[in-house]
Amino acid sequence: MTALAERPGDTRTRGRVVAQRFFVVRELGIGLALLLLIVITALVNPRFLAAQSIKDLLLGSTILAILATGQAIVVITRNVDLSVGSVLGLSAFAVGTLFVSAPGTPIPVALAMGVALGAACGAVNGLLIAAARVPALVVTLGTLYVFRGIDYTWATGKQVNAADMPAGFLRMGTKAVLGVPVLALFAVVVLVFAGYYLRAFRSGRELYAIGSEPAAARLNGIPVGRRIFGAFVVSGALAGFAGVLYAARFGTLDANAGINSELNVVAAVVVGGVAIFGGSGSVYGAALGAVLLTTIGAALPVLGVSPFWQRAAVGALILAAIGLDRILMARVGERLRVIGGRSVAENAPDQRKGARRA
Amino acid sequence: MRRSYAWDLGIIVALVLFVAVAGQTIEGVGSPRFWRFVILEVIPVALIALPLALVVITGEIDLSVASVLGLTCTVLGQLWAWGVSSLPLLIVLCLLLGAALGAVNGVFVTVFGLPSLAVTIGTLALYRGLAYVVLGDRAVANYPTTWTRNAIAAIPGLTIPWMILVVVAVAVILGVILHATPIGRGLYAIGNNAEASAFAGISVARTKFWLFVLTGAMSALAGVFWTFRFASARADNATGLELAAVAAVLLGGVSIFGGRGGLVGVLAAVVLLATLRNALQLADVPANALTIVTGSLLIASVVGPNVATQARDALRRRRARTAT
Amino acid sequence: MKRTAAALAALLLLGLSATACAEDGDDSGGGDGGAKSNTIKSGLKIAFLPKQVNNPYFTTAGNGGKTAVGEFKGTYSETGPSEASASSQVSYINTLSQQKTDVIVVSANDKDAICGALNEARQAGTKVVTYDSDTKPDCRDLFVNQATAEGIAKSQIKLISDAVGPDGGKIAILSATANATNQNAWIEMMKTELAKPEYSKLQLVATVYGDDDDQKSFTEAQGLLAKYPDLKGIISPTTVGVAAAGRYLSGSAYKGKVALTGLGTPNQMRAFVKDGTCKAFALWNPADLGYLAAYAAGALASGMISGKEGEKFTAGKLGEFTVGKNGEVLLGEPFTFNASNIDQFNF
Repeated sequence: MTALAERPGDTRTRGRVVAQRFFVVRELGIGLALLLLIVITALVNPRFLAAQSIKDLLLGSTILAILATGQAIVVITRNVDLSVGSVLGLSAFAVGTLFVSAPGTPIPVALAMGVALGAACGAVNGLLIAAARVPALVVTLGTLYVFRGIDYTWATGKQVNAADMPAGFLRMGTKAVLGVPVLALFAVVVLVFAGYYLRAFRSGRELYAIGSEPAAARLNGIPVGRRIFGAFVVSGALAGFAGVLYAARFGTLDANAGINSELNVVAAVVVGGVAIFGGSGSVYGAALGAVLLTTIGAALPVLGVSPFWQRAAVGALILAAIGLDRILMARVGERLRVIGGRSVAENAPDQRKGARRA
Repeated sequence: MRRSYAWDLGIIVALVLFVAVAGQTIEGVGSPRFWRFVILEVIPVALIALPLALVVITGEIDLSVASVLGLTCTVLGQLWAWGVSSLPLLIVLCLLLGAALGAVNGVFVTVFGLPSLAVTIGTLALYRGLAYVVLGDRAVANYPTTWTRNAIAAIPGLTIPWMILVVVAVAVILGVILHATPIGRGLYAIGNNAEASAFAGISVARTKFWLFVLTGAMSALAGVFWTFRFASARADNATGLELAAVAAVLLGGVSIFGGRGGLVGVLAAVVLLATLRNALQLADVPANALTIVTGSLLIASVVGPNVATQARDALRRRRARTAT
Repeated sequence: MKRTAAALAALLLLGLSATACAEDGDDSGGGDGGAKSNTIKSGLKIAFLPKQVNNPYFTTAGNGGKTAVGEFKGTYSETGPSEASASSQVSYINTLSQQKTDVIVVSANDKDAICGALNEARQAGTKVVTYDSDTKPDCRDLFVNQATAEGIAKSQIKLISDAVGPDGGKIAILSATANATNQNAWIEMMKTELAKPEYSKLQLVATVYGDDDDQKSFTEAQGLLAKYPDLKGIISPTTVGVAAAGRYLSGSAYKGKVALTGLGTPNQMRAFVKDGTCKAFALWNPADLGYLAAYAAGALASGMISGKEGEKFTAGKLGEFTVGKNGEVLLGEPFTFNASNIDQFNF
């Protein structure tokens, strides 16, 4: 890590602590909101906490959580990946076709294929964005179209039916271990891996630096292009993985799998505290955001609210989350300025910062 | 600031070439009915893409346009279902609605200072969601046949729908404003350097605000047309159309970074995309697969110039190095 | 340079619009006046336009249509949207009309929304036959119906009542899209049927829409049980819906406790009938429906019939059919599938 002298009152540490505290608060806030929602809904209808109901909730949020994890990694670098829904659809149909034509395929092979396909799509995105230096919004908008079009060309008129898929694979979609669905366990494993990587590896932390201030990151020797390429490959791979799980859960697949899901993914990420302007947030927050959104969808009918309000609620939440983040950023910026100002007065000679290679 | 018309010309040439080639190889391309269907598809996209181009020129973006269209459709349908039967009143109410929705975007961007990408992704979801709240799963499709027929009626003596004249009028007005007035030059200035423009006396916030209002109102107008063209108001009307509009704007030569581009190219790009889609559909390419074409063109239109610039810079650097 | 370029651009645009300026004089479609022939012309272009293309029910119907078209030596094609949307169908109708198709055989997603496009196509010379799901009668020439709405409703209510048992209870309907003509007709009849005294113990608590989309139907089935935990039965009169509901129930704690019936295809429902999730369901033979629709289309385009009540025509191996009121041709009665006969079928 950075070779810092951990002196008490050191500007940078205090600044970092302040920033970290604000964003941990942010994630705790989501967790709290989630808890509150569950409690209120359970009070209205205790069956909301029944085993089947919880199982459905976890299953429903798994795919979104995995997509959100990948998206968070991309958004942290101040980019966005709108093509995840199309990659999911492509991967799901590919896996379905694989099983229909070769029913004896072992499940790990299918998983690997889905991930590889997703990674390839992500690589296309990453190449265009990193090499051609084109805004991610435009590129992933285009690849959203292109990948979905490829999916349609392949799948039009055809449909993979649940009846044609191997029973073992479909069972994976509904099986539960100690009440927790297998699919949800997959999501947890992915989440923990991603979270650990972002926190403990230098290349992971560099993603944050790139998102905070790309020019400064480049000047500091961080291989920005390579890191961004990697981020998109990961996002694509996770979307491919989510596609395989989608195939297991729903069984019947057509060209429309995953369509329009990019919006929900971005919502989950933004609501989960990953700032859309990059540089902060965590995959845990994004996953929490995914669970929160799914729970809202499940809770609304129970609370007697027309389920049609769910989309509007998603939109309102995005706006609220962005607004909240802007306020938080402003506050953090102010605090850092105050600390910096005070430290200038106290430690004038020490202001030259030392080496950063770690 | 001199504007280069090279890109606009390029799009128009591409269009003419494509029609010439396709007219020979695909049966039906270039016939009067073909143009009728192309123009019917062009009208709502153009109504949205033209003001959207102005927004992008100032360095912002508005992804909520299709949701404004959808919400307008459902409100129109619901008002009709409730018994409001005066067509002018319906249209005025819809335009006001669109303007209000655009104003919400404008407030979030200019007053609260939030990035337009994130805000309009949020309003994209919010407005589409409200459309579902208004009509749910239903559709309102029992409009008087005079309305639905008049909406797509042709100019007497031709086969082209008369609504295209409205589009042309909007294009001319916006084009004149953009290219021949100080306001227009101000838009380019804002896109190039908002801070400098503010110092130069341009009211950046107010300009951007009114652009969002304009985009909202035009999307609402497109929504009215859409409802009568398809004779159906549904909450999922035009889902995904914002991507077609953005693709047309970028393909039309407007830079995503702001500060460059013009309306001739955008209009030509809208026509080109619609012509491509309809022609390929006549050749029995499945309509949904045509998204590959739109997506590729979108990517190419942005990657192309970037790669060209990078190559040119690399070449220049090498020449400079060898020269010393 | 600037001004010349602008002028050139304007000229090119004007030139383009000039080519489009010609009035659309042209083609009267095949003349139908005059003497009635009694064989189907050869070389007819028949295009099937189902509600959505990636739906096994419509694929089977299309295959039946293809067989029929092959028998009278026409050209068969099938096209359509991937999602059950009326606006998408409009775009395909326009394309088919430009391609000078002789007859469009369409299953409508909405009874009003595609009327404009259909009428424009008819004016340009194409005939229109609806099958499975009708439009307003004045936008098509014939409607080939699989079974009467009453027949379908009676069969569905009887099946759910048998499955739920004599104690009755709450039931719900999982339909397709909210505007599908056939769905709404059947649901209306089901409500009429439920009002009868012998079904007084059954209570319809909700109708939800799965849009003939597998994932949405699955989620709606889930939602029904979350909202009404004491639900006793689900009717899903759409092949996508009943398959999705079956899959959800069979993988959940409600298997066997909540009855399921509907209109399904044997191949999709086989597993659920065998594991007890669904005791019995109904359908007709979609291949026969497509076959009949194609023959009706051929007869129409050849001038053998024109859609008036009382006209007769022969539909290949299915025999002779008579046109009923409002241009409707009826295929037959719904057929019930259950564990004892499901293995005999493969579609």
